[in-house]
Amino acid sequence: MKGMTVIVKSISRWVKMLIFLFGIYVTLFGHLTPGGGFAGGVILAGSYILLMLAFGREYAEDNLSLVVTSKLDCVGALLFVAIALSGLLYGSAAFFYNFLHQEIQAEKVKALDLVSAGAIPLSNIAICLKVGASLFMVVLILSVFRCDFSAGEREVS
Amino acid sequence: MFYIFLFFMIFLLIAALIAVHTDNLLSSVICVGAIGFGGSLMFLFLRAPDIAITQIVVEVLGLIILIRATISSDKTFISGQREFFGIVVSLALLLAISGLGLKALDGLPNFGTPAFVAAGEIEETIASQEYIEQSLSKTGAANAVAAVILDWRAYDTLGETTVLFTSILGAVVMLRKKTKNTGAIEA
Repeated sequence: MKGMTVIVKSISRWVKMLIFLFGIYVTLFGHLTPGGGFAGGVILAGSYILLMLAFGREYAEDNLSLVVTSKLDCVGALLFVAIALSGLLYGSAAFFYNFLHQEIQAEKVKALDLVSAGAIPLSNIAICLKVGASLFMVVLILSVFRCDFSAGEREVS
Repeated sequence: MFYIFLFFMIFLLIAALIAVHTDNLLSSVICVGAIGFGGSLMFLFLRAPDIAITQIVVEVLGLIILIRATISSDKTFISGQREFFGIVVSLALLLAISGLGLKALDGLPNFGTPAFVAAGEIEETIASQEYIEQSLSKTGAANAVAAVILDWRAYDTLGETTVLFTSILGAVVMLRKKTKNTGAIEA
C-alpha cells in the first residue's frame, strides 16, 4: 500500500478540494483582495503536493502527469506574453497596455466588481498556471530523481 | 553620465561576444560574470543600490556555482604563487564598488521616513503617491499591489516569470533520467 496511513489519506481526501478551491479564489480575486497569481499558483501546487505526499507519487502522476504539467507551464508563459503583446496591438501601442480596461469602462462596470481591472485578472490566471505547474513539476522531478538514484545505487552494488 | 553608460555598454557587448564565441568553457563563465558585474555597476550609477546589491549577489553566487560545475572535471587546485597584479585589480574593484555603493546609499530616504513620502521631494511628483491615488481610476483594480505588479510594472513580472521558467527548465534538464551505459537520455 503506497503512501501514508489511513488517517492521513482520508483527511487529505477531504481537504484537497478545499485547498484547490481556495487557490482558485485567491487567483480570481487577486485584483480585489490580497493575493494574486503567484500566491494562488503556490496554493494550487500545494494541493497536488499534498496528494503526492499522502497517496504516493504514482497516484499524483496519474492525476496530473509530467507531460501535462510541462504543457501547462508553457501555456501559462505563452498566455502572459500574449496578453503583453495584445496590449501592443490594441490601443496605444505600448507593451503591457491594459487594453481591456477602456472597453470595460465604456460598459459602466463598477469598481470592485469581479470583472473589472481590464487585463489584470487574465494576467493573474496566466501567472497562476505558470507558477503552480512549475512548482509541482519541481517536486515531481525531485521525487523521480531520488527514486532513480537509489535504484541505480542498488544496481551498482 | 552618457559616456559612462556608453563605456559600460561597450564593455558588456565585448564580454557577451567573448562569452558566446570562446571555446573555453571556464572563460565563457567568467565573461558571463563580467556581464553581470557591469550591469550592477550601471545600476549603482543609476542610484538604485537595492537592485545593484541583488544583481551582484546573484552574479557572485551564479559565478561560483558555474565555476564549480565547469572545473569539476578539470583540475580543482590552484598551483603557483598568487599574482600581484590580480590582488591589485581585485582590491581596486572592491574599493570602487564600496565607494559607489556608499555614494548611492546617500540617495535613499533617511531611516524612519514614511515609505511613501520621499524626503525632500514634493509629494505630487513622486511615483508612489501616484500609485496610491490613481490605481483604482487608471487600472480599475482595487488591490493596489496587483495594479502595480501587473499594470505599471508588468515588464518586471514578465522577467520574474521568465526567471522561474528558466530555472525550472534547468532543474528538469539536470535531474532527468539517464539510462545505463548507452548515454542516451530520456525525458
